[in-house]
Amino acid sequence: MTIRVTMTVNGEPLTADDVWEGESLLHVLRERLGLPGSKNACEQGECGSCTVLLGGEVVCACLVGAGQAEGADIVTVEGLGDGEQLATIQQTFVAAGAVQCGFCTPGLLITAFDLLNRDPDPSDATIREALAGNLCRCTGYEKILDAVRLAAERAR
Amino acid sequence: MRPFQFVRADDAATAVQTVTANPKAKFLAGGTNLVDLMKLGVERPDLLVDLTRLPFDSVDVEADGTVRIGTNVRNSDLAAHPAVRNGLPLLSQALLAGASGQLRNMATVGGNLLQRTRCVYFQDVTKPCNKRQPGSGCPARQGDHRNLAILGASEACIATHPSDMAVALAALDARVAVSGPDGDRETPLAELHALPGEHPEQETTLRHGELITGIAVPPLAYAERSAYRKVRDRASYAFAVASVAAALDVEDGVVRDVRLAFGAVAPKPWRAHAAEDALRGRPATAASFRAAAEAELAAAEPLRDNAFKVPLITNVVVRTLSDLAGETS
Repeated sequence: MTIRVTMTVNGEPLTADDVWEGESLLHVLRERLGLPGSKNACEQGECGSCTVLLGGEVVCACLVGAGQAEGADIVTVEGLGDGEQLATIQQTFVAAGAVQCGFCTPGLLITAFDLLNRDPDPSDATIREALAGNLCRCTGYEKILDAVRLAAERAR
Repeated sequence: MRPFQFVRADDAATAVQTVTANPKAKFLAGGTNLVDLMKLGVERPDLLVDLTRLPFDSVDVEADGTVRIGTNVRNSDLAAHPAVRNGLPLLSQALLAGASGQLRNMATVGGNLLQRTRCVYFQDVTKPCNKRQPGSGCPARQGDHRNLAILGASEACIATHPSDMAVALAALDARVAVSGPDGDRETPLAELHALPGEHPEQETTLRHGELITGIAVPPLAYAERSAYRKVRDRASYAFAVASVAAALDVEDGVVRDVRLAFGAVAPKPWRAHAAEDALRGRPATAASFRAAAEAELAAAEPLRDNAFKVPLITNVVVRTLSDLAGETS
């Protein structure tokens, strides 16, 4: 059985048709709504590359069913900037050289964005714990920590 | 992943009926374990009944101090709830020690209790596993068992239960509210999980179609002096190698009462009654704590590569209780 799914994504009401209710929110975003920023890697909730905000909280979009996301408010990496200018956390990822292959970047940006919303001045321990669910296989973690610290600094 | 049907439950009774009527149906909550296992081919349901819109999403403190927690309360919300964060530190700490932020934001109470073992043979459908395929054998006994059970296991299965939350709840004497085809019932958490014996495929005492709707944590006067300590292979985002949930009541340097439960060492959250019995009335010293842990671990049956868990759990018990004794003196 397929259904119509309506969600608010990055502030915009969007509809996808012929959705199998068991498919993942990640699949709906990437393959039906033209938003491939959220990445598809482990598909098991281990790597965090599909991280989005669902109802204002970070989740792994690969583990959320499309039927479960009906009516939800979603923010993806495409929604962080305003289309013209990158968000502060995106700018500091560039400035700090926190991007290597780039595959983990969208998920890390969402998680770091969420962290700084909740805690504008996080300790290093808090940053590490908050980012624990986002794996960078280039292991570029030090630069990523720099980027988060820099974003916190710029917001002050 | 195999195709399956998906329906959203609007009320608990319909959810129970729908799953009861179909032996291959399963309840779906946060999906952090079930969906993962479906992708691995370990779980192969024909029908998922989504529970996430059911109204079991509040934490209520009753007049006598009992904390009632709806099954749909997310792990992160439960850890942050004032009644838990302030009143039940061991539970809050256990929740925050589990998984990642993304997963804690999705994972629910009932799903956490019912999560499956992380034994690598269980998760690999190309390997034998008595739990996944009864009678096929257990390669773990001779193979990779570094993180498997030292207590409560059987010849057929040495898998561990992976939950942190459940270890804290075991120490707190939590009760589990269940709704089923024959009505509602309540069971002690201690009786929710079954030891493997000859039937490791029977992991719980729930019947097919029975739904966990919430848990109740009875009041414990000294619960504010409690802690959860977890040892893992890295500092964050890893399952426990050994963990201890403890609450301690000390008066004039003597242990008046104590609660102790161990994680990652048994097929269920392991309430350490023998250790508790050995400790009541004893001086609150490292020597007593060590003797109590050793009393519990006298029953341990370690294997080639997990014998380290015996001294490890002992040390974690001593450290955790010593810290709590320091706070209370």
